[in-house]
Amino acid sequence: MMASTHTSRGAMWLRLLTGGAPALHDWPSVRVCDAPLNGQTARWIAVVPDPDNRFPRARNGEVGLVEGWQLAQAVQETIAQDRDAPVKRPIVAVIDVPSQAYGRREEAFGIHQALAGAAGAYAQARLAGHPVIGLIVGLAMSGAFLAHGYQANRLIALDDPGVMVHAMGKASAARVTLRTVEALEKLAEKVPPMAYDIRNFASLGILSQVLQLTNLALPDEQDLALVHGALETALQDILEDRERNLTGRLQGQHRAASRRVRQLLETQWEAAD
Amino acid sequence: MTDIDKLLQRDSFIERNARSRAQALLDPGTFRELAGPFERLYSPWLAMQQLVTQADDGVVVAKGLLEGAPTVVLAIEGGFQGGSMGEIGTAKIAGALELAARDNRRGIPTQAVILFETGGVRLQEANLGLAGIAEIQSAIVDLRRYRPVIGVSAGTVGCYGGMSIAAGLCSWLVLTREARLGLNGPQVIEQEAGVAEFDARNRALIWGLTGGAQRAASGLADACVDDDSAAIRATVAGLFARGVPAQHRSERAADYLAALAQADTAVQPAAADVRTVYMKGEA
Repeated sequence: MMASTHTSRGAMWLRLLTGGAPALHDWPSVRVCDAPLNGQTARWIAVVPDPDNRFPRARNGEVGLVEGWQLAQAVQETIAQDRDAPVKRPIVAVIDVPSQAYGRREEAFGIHQALAGAAGAYAQARLAGHPVIGLIVGLAMSGAFLAHGYQANRLIALDDPGVMVHAMGKASAARVTLRTVEALEKLAEKVPPMAYDIRNFASLGILSQVLQLTNLALPDEQDLALVHGALETALQDILEDRERNLTGRLQGQHRAASRRVRQLLETQWEAAD
Repeated sequence: MTDIDKLLQRDSFIERNARSRAQALLDPGTFRELAGPFERLYSPWLAMQQLVTQADDGVVVAKGLLEGAPTVVLAIEGGFQGGSMGEIGTAKIAGALELAARDNRRGIPTQAVILFETGGVRLQEANLGLAGIAEIQSAIVDLRRYRPVIGVSAGTVGCYGGMSIAAGLCSWLVLTREARLGLNGPQVIEQEAGVAEFDARNRALIWGLTGGAQRAASGLADACVDDDSAAIRATVAGLFARGVPAQHRSERAADYLAALAQADTAVQPAAADVRTVYMKGEA
């Protein structure tokens, strides 16, 4: 087995939830395994740190070129294995991704295409009928989150200060928007989509569940049962839903504009012919 | 005609704004804008921050015909907030793609062109922009099962951030020499990794590695065309005629992993190294 000197939240939760199931690939930074969910075999996937990564900008759990394409391959294999199966196995993305890899090598070799491979594969799995669940246990940042988890039918997050969702790290976001980090933080208090914390993110209506654990650093039996229960609820919810798209995310109080635009488009679509 | 005459008569696509670009692609007289500026779709989030808003939020949804085929063009206005994608702009693109996919399920073969001119997520609407981009990506993957989704980035903004991932999901991708395509903008890499990793002021480096000519030469785009509206239109029409590719570029994980295994990661690659690695086995 791979001996990672780093322990990440993603690695810890994958191990706890799958009972340390053996990896299906000898990939150091993308862990893939099969383990039960609600009595059914599910495929579990996490991105974990690899301090020896050939790509120096992808050593801390970032989603880089290789990680993006390996995620794509892992999900494509799952789709292929169940192509003729009447019941498609669930896929659980355990999400703890600090960012995409920021580097010259990455841009030169087209990291955008690698991440498209991953995002596209997850979307195809969902459209093919695989219930896809994203479990956010740590950071869910930007392009890394788009590649690993954001295409899920349902998203669940742990309620914890260490759990964050955002489009860009604070220093870079400040530079691009010509603000100071302090000004950015002040604005984030008033503008929900700009906030980094999970409670503000939950107010956008994109998450299906937010879980309160008792011991985040070292989850106990009760915490584990809670997370397993939430995954089972999400699975049941997906199976009862006829939709395979992401429309379930549009009902939040802060998404009125998203709904209005879609209504206008639908009304005007036919009239335009 | 001399070269200079040709140049003077060329109808630049880059110089057109988003609405005019959509008009240039669609058959004359068929352009109809949906959810247009008279619907006053101002970004509520920019207004809350006392920033400039625009009645179309910088995205034009145009329905019409392209060589007689039902087509929706989604054009991003690079001149408004750097083409950044907020809640309304992403909802326009995702919503239109969703309706195009629904058309196909009802027997109408609607196809789509996305004109990428964007720095990615609008950071003033951060998480709603990111969520909207995930919805665009989902809709591209749905629609491309039936009819091609063609991406075009002409410049000068280029295509960055989450929208570069959306471009990577397109069936076919068309760039000009002036366009750039990449995930992380040079400024952000410099901020995150330092100037030694990427000098954001080095324009030759940026275009050399991520410009349209390099992307087409290394197989990460399907065509690099002149900044000429007629040429871009003809290229797009030709790609629609080829139909849905047997395998989308985003589905070629095995090829790309094999190619990347050959790359020397001890040094920073030059543009030629990337072309060699990717074009050897037709990665």
